[in-house]
Amino acid sequence: MADTCFLGQGCTTLVGLLLLPFGSLAASQIEDQAEQLFRSGHTNNWAVLVCTSRFWFNYRHVANTLSVYRSVKRLGIPDSHIVLMLADDMACNPRNPKPATVFSHKNMELNVYGDDVEVDYRSYEVTVENFLRVLTGRIPSSTPRSKHLLSDDRSNILIYMTGHGGNGFLKFQDSEEITNIELADAFEQMWQKRRYNELLFIIDTCQGASMYERFYSPNIMALASSQVGEDSLSHQPDPAIGVHLMDRYTFYVLEFLEEINPASQTNMNDLFQVCPKSLCVSTPGHRTDLFQRDPKNVLITDFFGSVRKVEITTETISLQPDSGIMESSYKKDLMDEELMEPLKYAEQLPVAQIIHQKPKLKDWHPPGGFILGLWALIIMVFFKTYGIKHMKFIF
Amino acid sequence: MVPVTVVFTQESVPLDDQEKLPFTVVHEREIPLKYKLKIKCRFQKAYRRALDHEEEALSLGSIQEAETMFAEPSEQAEGSLTVYVISEHSSLLPQDMMSYIGPKRMAVVRGIMHREAFNIIGHRVIQVAQAMSLTEDVLAAALADHLPEDKWSSDKRRPLKSSLGYEITFSLLNPDPKSHDVHWDIEGAVRRYVQPFLNALRAVGNFSVDSQILYYAVLGVNPRFDPASSSYYLAAHSLPHVINPVESRLGSSAASLYPVLNFLLYVPELAHSPLYIQDKDGAPVATNAFHSPRWGGIMVYNVDPKAYNGSELPVRVKVDMVRVMEVFLAQLRLLFGIAQPQLPPKCLFSGSKSEGIMSWELDRLLWARSVENLATATTTLTSLAQLLGKISNIVIKDDVASEVYRAVAAVQRAAEELASGHLASAFVASQEAVTSSERAFFDPSLLHLLYFPDDQKFAIYIPLFLPMAVPILLSLFKIFLETRKSWKKPEKID
Repeated sequence: MADTCFLGQGCTTLVGLLLLPFGSLAASQIEDQAEQLFRSGHTNNWAVLVCTSRFWFNYRHVANTLSVYRSVKRLGIPDSHIVLMLADDMACNPRNPKPATVFSHKNMELNVYGDDVEVDYRSYEVTVENFLRVLTGRIPSSTPRSKHLLSDDRSNILIYMTGHGGNGFLKFQDSEEITNIELADAFEQMWQKRRYNELLFIIDTCQGASMYERFYSPNIMALASSQVGEDSLSHQPDPAIGVHLMDRYTFYVLEFLEEINPASQTNMNDLFQVCPKSLCVSTPGHRTDLFQRDPKNVLITDFFGSVRKVEITTETISLQPDSGIMESSYKKDLMDEELMEPLKYAEQLPVAQIIHQKPKLKDWHPPGGFILGLWALIIMVFFKTYGIKHMKFIF
Repeated sequence: MVPVTVVFTQESVPLDDQEKLPFTVVHEREIPLKYKLKIKCRFQKAYRRALDHEEEALSLGSIQEAETMFAEPSEQAEGSLTVYVISEHSSLLPQDMMSYIGPKRMAVVRGIMHREAFNIIGHRVIQVAQAMSLTEDVLAAALADHLPEDKWSSDKRRPLKSSLGYEITFSLLNPDPKSHDVHWDIEGAVRRYVQPFLNALRAVGNFSVDSQILYYAVLGVNPRFDPASSSYYLAAHSLPHVINPVESRLGSSAASLYPVLNFLLYVPELAHSPLYIQDKDGAPVATNAFHSPRWGGIMVYNVDPKAYNGSELPVRVKVDMVRVMEVFLAQLRLLFGIAQPQLPPKCLFSGSKSEGIMSWELDRLLWARSVENLATATTTLTSLAQLLGKISNIVIKDDVASEVYRAVAAVQRAAEELASGHLASAFVASQEAVTSSERAFFDPSLLHLLYFPDDQKFAIYIPLFLPMAVPILLSLFKIFLETRKSWKKPEKID
């Protein structure tokens, strides 16, 4: 269809008439080609969403991550395929005037915390080591399945990071950093073990573009909220809550994603245009040289949603029905249902015993080394200042 | 290496050729893959004369009777084939068919009375053997992950990756329990149809089967109404969106770390009955089912409209498990990568065994899996070595080292067994190679957090050591000056 329209515009009617029969033939070919070009070769989607900063005034980083989580879930990626790492708990923070909520828009329009948020790594579990373990897969086998990134060579992974960063590093939890070289090495290890098909890396921090400068593994596309030397700014404070609610870049990305539904055909070039300098004050950047497909052929839902490839089943195999066995087992089921006793609720807690328990005596421990040392210091200073002769007044 | 035994009956070849039996011919083929990578495929044909009971069996009327007379398939090693050559005018096969492929690693080929009999028959035998064992596309599919390939072939992406075990879950989705009271005898069906199939596939891995019934689980897509047939339909382009809303309710991935295959049976609600799936051309699909690679399959089961007559809701629905299992087993075959082979021309195909998989199909699967496992194990070990080369301060613990040695030994053993044609032991060795190499690569102790860029090293150590070092260096310098003065002094006195 595109072919005929294009020709009709640019040529004379005579040529147009001549080419019309060819156009319809070419149109179906182009449709096939377009379908093939759009196909990315992935069969499942994963998302790793990381918020790296704690403390109440970094509310906006948690809101950033939760709004991306919300979009990703809405577009179809299930919780079992999302690894959500939040470094601090804002919803139940004692300073939150509206507990159990995290808002992303002023006047509390949108609560991104919702009812079904599943945080996999929380609070102090969000460390550089755990993050690298999740990416490379070197997790001890005793960790629960929800904390693993079980991607394979046909997974498209979305990695979103936000927090405070600088030129070449990202700060985790106010105590450690991850450098861009470590991140690039982690991605290379993922590539060596074929843990991803394509990777989209989005980072919303100050000087975010420095984090993707060092990538060298294939099939990675990266977006950042600001260039090296620029700061990413926050969007709007809310007077009732008292902190800034979102960062600008993620705010406009969220608005962009709210218009995407699982069937939409919007491509990555539109995502690159989100938040121009007039709105964002910083200049968002992107890197696509390691990516094999052209960004205009990459659908947003290739990374943010989970659109499965399906095929119609056209073959069956023939089986011989064995009616004898099935009849008898069916009757057995009926009889089993009648014979089952009514279920009872089992006694779980011996409540009566617990209520009447006496409080346990805690054992007394002598004071520890720190307290002893402190007191020794104080006593030494006192006697040094006032002289040893005061000792006789004590004894 | 594929060992093929070719058995000649009495009138199949000219007499002077028959004198030459028995002997062995080796037919080698190099299959070139990308980037100068080649795989040598050897067919070792052992020619011999037919024994008496085989002659008897082959002179019977039809091929089915002949098959039942033959030796039990358990005597035949996995990976080997037996081809019987019958005379040109024998009535065992229908007149126009040149060859026949049976379900139990057995094939029949017509002989010819000709001077070049052995060459022609050898060629036909190779054609049949290739159809039943290794071909280029089987190997290319197995190695698809390790070679950059053109991405547009869905066959290569459909099969599951090789793993030690699989979990298969059957779910019945009933979105409208007020109208349909659905019963399915899943235990009986599994016992009767699925378990024999999985038993045949026992060599491939451990299988565990479970089932569940979900109520009020709807598909994420609203079906459209088609007034022409007064039924509802789901168009082909809306099918990919069906799976996601349901998947979160399946709860299948919590139990084990094995890959999970979900098979869903959806009984549409009364308002949307009957529901058909349409393919790209708009025609309803005969099986009313679709599948997704590496995930599983969904089938829509329409309630028989006669069941609604006169009875009040909810209507008791008893699911016809035979129809359902036919589709699910076909989907299971496709998901495992057991595709229809390319048959040589004029070949009679026997159709499948009652269990749903033929022995030589299992052999093809084992070959593909062994090759895939070997490739995976070698790339894992190579990337581990590269990682160690690049990052010099990783410490390799003893148990990681022993896993690496085990993996290498298993890879060598698997390659040897494949070359000598012992398929079962080669597959076991290749699985061991993969598990050892993965355990070595993914050991938690290998995580390196030891990257120290030079400017960070300076930034940390200089403020610490410089203030300390200044007085030390100055006093050392002073000492040196004083000792030099004291050496010079005695000279002056002299």
